[in-house]
Amino acid sequence: MRNLLRHQTELRLAIVLALICAYLGWNAPEFLTWGNLSRLLNNNAVNLIWAVGLLVVLVAGGIDISFAVAASVVQYLTAKVVFAFGGGNWALGLVTAALIGTGLGLINAALIHRFRIISIVITIATFNAFFGLLMYFTRGVSIYDLPDWWRARIFIFEYQRADRSWVDLNLSVGIMLVCVAATWALLRHTTAGRQLFAFGDNPEGARRAGVNIWFMQALAFGWCGMMAGIAGLAQVNIAREIVPNALYGRELDVLAAVVLGGARLGGGKGTVIGCVLGVLFVAVVQNGLNLMGVSPFAFQMIIGATILIAISTSNIGLGRRGVA
Amino acid sequence: MKALRTDTGALAALLVILIAGFGLYDPRFFTLDTFGSIGFQLPLLGILTFAMLAPIISGGLNLAITTTANMAGLTLAWVLLANGGPQAGMGAFVLGCLAALAVGAAAGATMGAVIAYVGAHPILVSLAMMIFLRGLGEFLTRGGDISGFPPVLQWLGYGSVGPIPVPLILFAIVAALWWVLLTRSRHGFATYMTGSNPRAAEYSGLPVKRTLILIYALSGVLAAVAGILMAARFSSVRVGQGESMILVTVLACFLAGIDPFGGAGRVIPVVMALIILQVLQSGLNITGANQHLATAVWGLFLIGVMILRSGRILAGLGLRQQGRD
Repeated sequence: MRNLLRHQTELRLAIVLALICAYLGWNAPEFLTWGNLSRLLNNNAVNLIWAVGLLVVLVAGGIDISFAVAASVVQYLTAKVVFAFGGGNWALGLVTAALIGTGLGLINAALIHRFRIISIVITIATFNAFFGLLMYFTRGVSIYDLPDWWRARIFIFEYQRADRSWVDLNLSVGIMLVCVAATWALLRHTTAGRQLFAFGDNPEGARRAGVNIWFMQALAFGWCGMMAGIAGLAQVNIAREIVPNALYGRELDVLAAVVLGGARLGGGKGTVIGCVLGVLFVAVVQNGLNLMGVSPFAFQMIIGATILIAISTSNIGLGRRGVA
Repeated sequence: MKALRTDTGALAALLVILIAGFGLYDPRFFTLDTFGSIGFQLPLLGILTFAMLAPIISGGLNLAITTTANMAGLTLAWVLLANGGPQAGMGAFVLGCLAALAVGAAAGATMGAVIAYVGAHPILVSLAMMIFLRGLGEFLTRGGDISGFPPVLQWLGYGSVGPIPVPLILFAIVAALWWVLLTRSRHGFATYMTGSNPRAAEYSGLPVKRTLILIYALSGVLAAVAGILMAARFSSVRVGQGESMILVTVLACFLAGIDPFGGAGRVIPVVMALIILQVLQSGLNITGANQHLATAVWGLFLIGVMILRSGRILAGLGLRQQGRD
């Protein structure tokens, strides 16, 4: 019970989400079908991977604007690497994407730590640098000719129902589950994870208590970069093409969902479950509007209004001052 | 105070070096064309940057500036279309502009009220407003664009008074007004105080909540001015237009040495930072690079400037004592 009270935002969000699901189940019978729910997961796996990566940075008191374009950079570089190895396979792809992603994250961490520049300044700068260089070197050309393993539809779960419709979860959902679980384990069950909260809440206090500040920044931004890279790999599997500007602009939507889930801008607070609820909340509202036959042009407007109402009626987003 | 002055000096020196560098690389840089294109391109980004400036000084951020500009542009477009489109008269134009400014002020004031009274983080509030306004615009226009404007907009976007581009005049007026507002008015004073310590400002009897609402309302009004200019420059209005400029405006503010934690930041360095960004872009254009390389260079340039400012390179070389740590 104490635990529940400590996570009021998450609890409240879970209740509202449950109410919305119940309402949709009642009014849009298709909502609570396995087919629809699996589609919901398939469509949001990439966002969820990004979200838990960003969560770690927010907990550590930073912010990352660059992760979505970093994912695009990872997609291109990974394609180059696997072609150099004659096509490669999933293992090579995953390792390459994770490593390149981590590397890009560490660039952010190094600049932030070495020169004591706050994260929003650095990540806005690297956002422009990553995207500009990617578009410059690729000339905006997409890659359609991908190795078979990368394009293949792989299902981790499939089931044909009596009415011959398929219920399936694709590989990206599996990757997402591993990433979410790993982030949860990192934050809740490792010393470094505990230190991230302490560091995010009070960097100077943590430093004096003997926490290695450079390790904290490297862990937070490296983790976020790694998640960005893995999500980029999964996104290619879904889209079956690499478009250099496909992920541009996604960072702010993910940020809104994560903060909606109770992570504090300014550090020291946030949970994996809240983060997942935040992403699912936006996804379910959109899915529900779709099923209820609302014009797709109205989705964004209603989601924006919902977030505005949510923050006006609760203590979500009561961050500290400054654009941390 | 001294630090601020040397910062302006450093930016000016950078600008001179850049211009000289591009000029030496290719004398074509010194033609009127370059400065003409700077004069026409800078104002839009510049006005949007001023819309971002006051919220950052107050310790926040307004990520909704471009969508506010889009909504204001749409408002102007609808008023013009309802009054004859290309044949719309001056009266309709003035009415449309006033309506556009009102829309911008309303969007901004709403954000300011949520930030002031709920205490929610400006990034989240303005992000939600951005998503909402983008959605509202998409809903009302079905994602299409609106065009067919009277000649007065053509003049606003491409005209010149003597040798000076009309958008540049608009930008100069905005910059001057903003300078007066921030340095010579009670509201400006309250903005800086709110930014440096809201609680202390409140206990000193400053109307912090009213100040915050006014800051975001004025930011919305400036975004609307940018929206009107955008309609004139692009001869059409579409939701999502100029969206890539949001983060560039933040970049310009940081380049100008504005404290991301609020409380400090001036108009003149911002103007210099804007000119630097524009010179970089035009200069790279002449060397045959495209806009994307310019975007990358902007990012790298900001990193370089921030590194120099951190004082750690100079400290390492023994030129300056180790700075703040």
